[in-house]
Amino acid sequence: MSTPLSGPGSAQQAPGPGPGRTGPPRTTRTARNHAPITAAGLAVKVVLLGLVAGIAIWAAFPLVEAEQWIGLAVLVLTTAALFYLYLGRRHVPAKYLVPGTLFLIAFQVVPVLYTASTAFTNFGDGHRGSKDDAIVAIQSSSVKQVPGSTQYPLSVATKGDPTTGPLVFLVTDPETGTVSVGDARGLRPLDPGAATVAPGGKVTAADGYTVLNVGQASARSKDVTDLVVPTAGGALRSSGLSRAYEGTAVRAYDAGCDCVKDSDSGRTWTADGEVGAFVAADGERLAQGWKVNVGLSNFTRVLTDERISGPFLGTLIWNFAFAIGSTGGTFILGMLIALALHSPRMRGTNLYRMLLILPYAMPSFAMLLIWRDMFNTDFGLINNMFGLSVDWFGQDWSARVAVILVQLWLGYPYMFLVATGALQAIPRELTEATSVDGASPWQSFRAVTLPLLLVALSPLLISSFAFNFNNFNAIYLTTEGAPFPADNPSNGATDLLITYTYRLAFGGQDAQFGFAAAISLFIFAIVAVVSAVSFRRTRQQEEVYA
Amino acid sequence: MRIRTAGVVALFALALAASGCGDSDEPAAKESPKAAGGTLVIWADDKRTAALKPFAEKFGTENGVTVEVQAVPNEDLQNNFVTVSSQGGGPDVVIGAHDWIGNLVQNGAIDPVQLPDDQKAAFNETAIKAVTFNGQLYGVPYAQENLALIRNTELAPEAPKTIEDLVATGKQLKAQKKVTEILCLQVGQKGDAYHIYPLYASAGGYLFGTTANGDYDPKDLGVGKPESIAAFKKIAALGEKGEGVLKRSIADTNSTATFTGKKCAFLVSGPWATADVKKAGITYDVSAVPGFAGGKAAAPFVGVQSFYVAAKGKNKALAQEFVTNYVAKPELAVALYQADPRPPALTAALDQVKASDPDLAKFIEAGKNGQVLPAIPAMAAIWDPFGKAEAAVIGGADPTSTVTAAGKTIAGSIK
Repeated sequence: MSTPLSGPGSAQQAPGPGPGRTGPPRTTRTARNHAPITAAGLAVKVVLLGLVAGIAIWAAFPLVEAEQWIGLAVLVLTTAALFYLYLGRRHVPAKYLVPGTLFLIAFQVVPVLYTASTAFTNFGDGHRGSKDDAIVAIQSSSVKQVPGSTQYPLSVATKGDPTTGPLVFLVTDPETGTVSVGDARGLRPLDPGAATVAPGGKVTAADGYTVLNVGQASARSKDVTDLVVPTAGGALRSSGLSRAYEGTAVRAYDAGCDCVKDSDSGRTWTADGEVGAFVAADGERLAQGWKVNVGLSNFTRVLTDERISGPFLGTLIWNFAFAIGSTGGTFILGMLIALALHSPRMRGTNLYRMLLILPYAMPSFAMLLIWRDMFNTDFGLINNMFGLSVDWFGQDWSARVAVILVQLWLGYPYMFLVATGALQAIPRELTEATSVDGASPWQSFRAVTLPLLLVALSPLLISSFAFNFNNFNAIYLTTEGAPFPADNPSNGATDLLITYTYRLAFGGQDAQFGFAAAISLFIFAIVAVVSAVSFRRTRQQEEVYA
Repeated sequence: MRIRTAGVVALFALALAASGCGDSDEPAAKESPKAAGGTLVIWADDKRTAALKPFAEKFGTENGVTVEVQAVPNEDLQNNFVTVSSQGGGPDVVIGAHDWIGNLVQNGAIDPVQLPDDQKAAFNETAIKAVTFNGQLYGVPYAQENLALIRNTELAPEAPKTIEDLVATGKQLKAQKKVTEILCLQVGQKGDAYHIYPLYASAGGYLFGTTANGDYDPKDLGVGKPESIAAFKKIAALGEKGEGVLKRSIADTNSTATFTGKKCAFLVSGPWATADVKKAGITYDVSAVPGFAGGKAAAPFVGVQSFYVAAKGKNKALAQEFVTNYVAKPELAVALYQADPRPPALTAALDQVKASDPDLAKFIEAGKNGQVLPAIPAMAAIWDPFGKAEAAVIGGADPTSTVTAAGKTIAGSIK
């Protein structure tokens, strides 16, 4: 950083007179063109553009390495466009819009598109890679040591340069002590006396060959693992760098029939592009599959699977109840406290405010876990303090009440803060005017304060609703969806759609990202519709009170 | 003039970029001499990373290679490994539990290892069996663990022979107000299949049948069968509506703490709990989890911690060398034991540490009847529904309908 720091300093002088001279002919244009270039502004510009260039160059290397030319083209174009935009003086509105738009694309649009595209695949455990990856995995995991064969002490050697020369295996027969040299053509015995053998059987030197040490050999790891020396019983392969074994790949892929054959059992598994797996005639699948496009089947599964469609409605209703209860409860409590502290007759408001904000200042993760323990039947604080023996998380309604209580405690300081802010923005003259007109405090609250508060807070309430609708932590860190009906372990009484679908997608056999993506699109649709309707209504309300 | 301004700005921007770029070049420059000797990247959880580091460094200097041990939290390790592996990167060696093998194999994330017979013989037989999957050895084990009954010898001097004995002793202690709970066996609202399994097995239940070659058979599911219903009826009799021995209020978060707080005389847990028990200054003894009188042995699951060779590692030959030749040395197993007191899988290493830690032999003895925790991918379908069925039954639900439903759910999610 030391060299470039002197750079911007000297750069300040050069452009300094620039605007002065270019300015006059353009006086008719916007005033912004007159704005003098300050040293600080220029320095910020240089630093930010330098960062852009630095990040672009940093990102380019892995892209080149992975031969992602499209990604590289996008990167170069974006960077060039940014430089064009900010080095020139025109396109002022774009200068304000572009950073936000770029971040919107990178962190919102791309993930949503990626999720949507994943929803049409079977991406998940056992179906992560390509078909070629699966074939390689099937073949390499089927290499077995030939029964009864021995393992040989191994040295890796070459006739040429240790870093580039073709490799050979020098192996010693543990029984006879004869040293053989092996390469892709086969195994040939070496002249006795041409090799020096260490006590363990490992060849340390051989005439005409350079024996690689561990460092040299491991630098050529891929060559070592790829070297297969054909023998009568199978093939000699390396097991590490100091031992070789005779092994055969029991399963091999045959491109002719697009199938995998097992030479031991004689079974075949034929590739099925629909499911992305090799399937035998009796329906048995090989574990290693690949990612394929499955069309709409993830979506139809959501709609037709009884485990999902059966309890879906009940879960949806509870989900709405939870989101409305959490948002509404915290709003009412927060607003009431804000109103109380807003009263001019209240003393010591700062102390109260500080105390009330405390729950907001604590990490919600830890608080959720502490609340979970406080609701424990036998050891929990709540039952012990009140002398109860309520099985809080064991019954449907007590568990639901418990999670909403926890949300209330966690959420009201936020509502209190925003309501306080909004209340202070409402002129006192308005409420005073109502009291002059003879309205009771309740009437003035109903007719003046609350509507004005709602105009200010509606967007926050909607976003809070959307957040609570998908509040995974609130459930997963407390009840984990419990209690579960005895006959259905996949859907509990306090499950939200998000925790319920998380369990369906990841709690069963293994991670099913494609299925999870399809479900999240459904949830996205529900939340989007609810938010759109609410915002519409808010706008109407604003028109009334504005 | 504007062009000159732009030019100057661009120049300095580039200068800055070059400096930023210089930063990122530095590690690359450092790596290149490393690459000449090869780099071995090992992923382990925090505790094991510390124990492994000196050995990894020794292996590196002995062989002229660089070894990096990277700590990854245990709960993320498997997932992160599978994810980076599917993108063609990641570590060369991974350390983890043996029941990951099924998932790691189906994602093509690990390669088999070839151990000669004499080396295999140096390990505990159960440990080798645990890391064998589809007839192939997929990892080199270093430690094994299983549940046992830890009891407070001040309160309960005699090891109970059956669950009925245990309940009688516990009830007596409770009546004398010496304890508040009869048994600390973690259940929780979601149940805990791992901890209830010894009782389930003792009562005659099973999870998977076995095929002819001794592997677990996902097609023969034991949950939902009459044996499992009978077993859950016995568990229900110990539950909240029965004897009150098993309770949902005792969970993973408070089970050991309740025992160390002397609120119960018996704790069902593994070697990992002994550190807390010792710290609390409780005089304790370890024995096998007792089974039901007249029932089968209360077989706990035996889990094995193991080293794996990553299939997509950049330095597989070196990884194989490290795992097959270096990990099988007793010194490393002893060091790992000292970092995390689980019985070593290497017989020679166990003999070394056995003398100074009598608990180890007792845990091994308690696991004598144990069953290897199934590593087949289908096992992942068991945990959650089985645990919930357990919690429901302990809470007083009807065992027959609950277990039948759990069996259906499990069968539905096994491919």
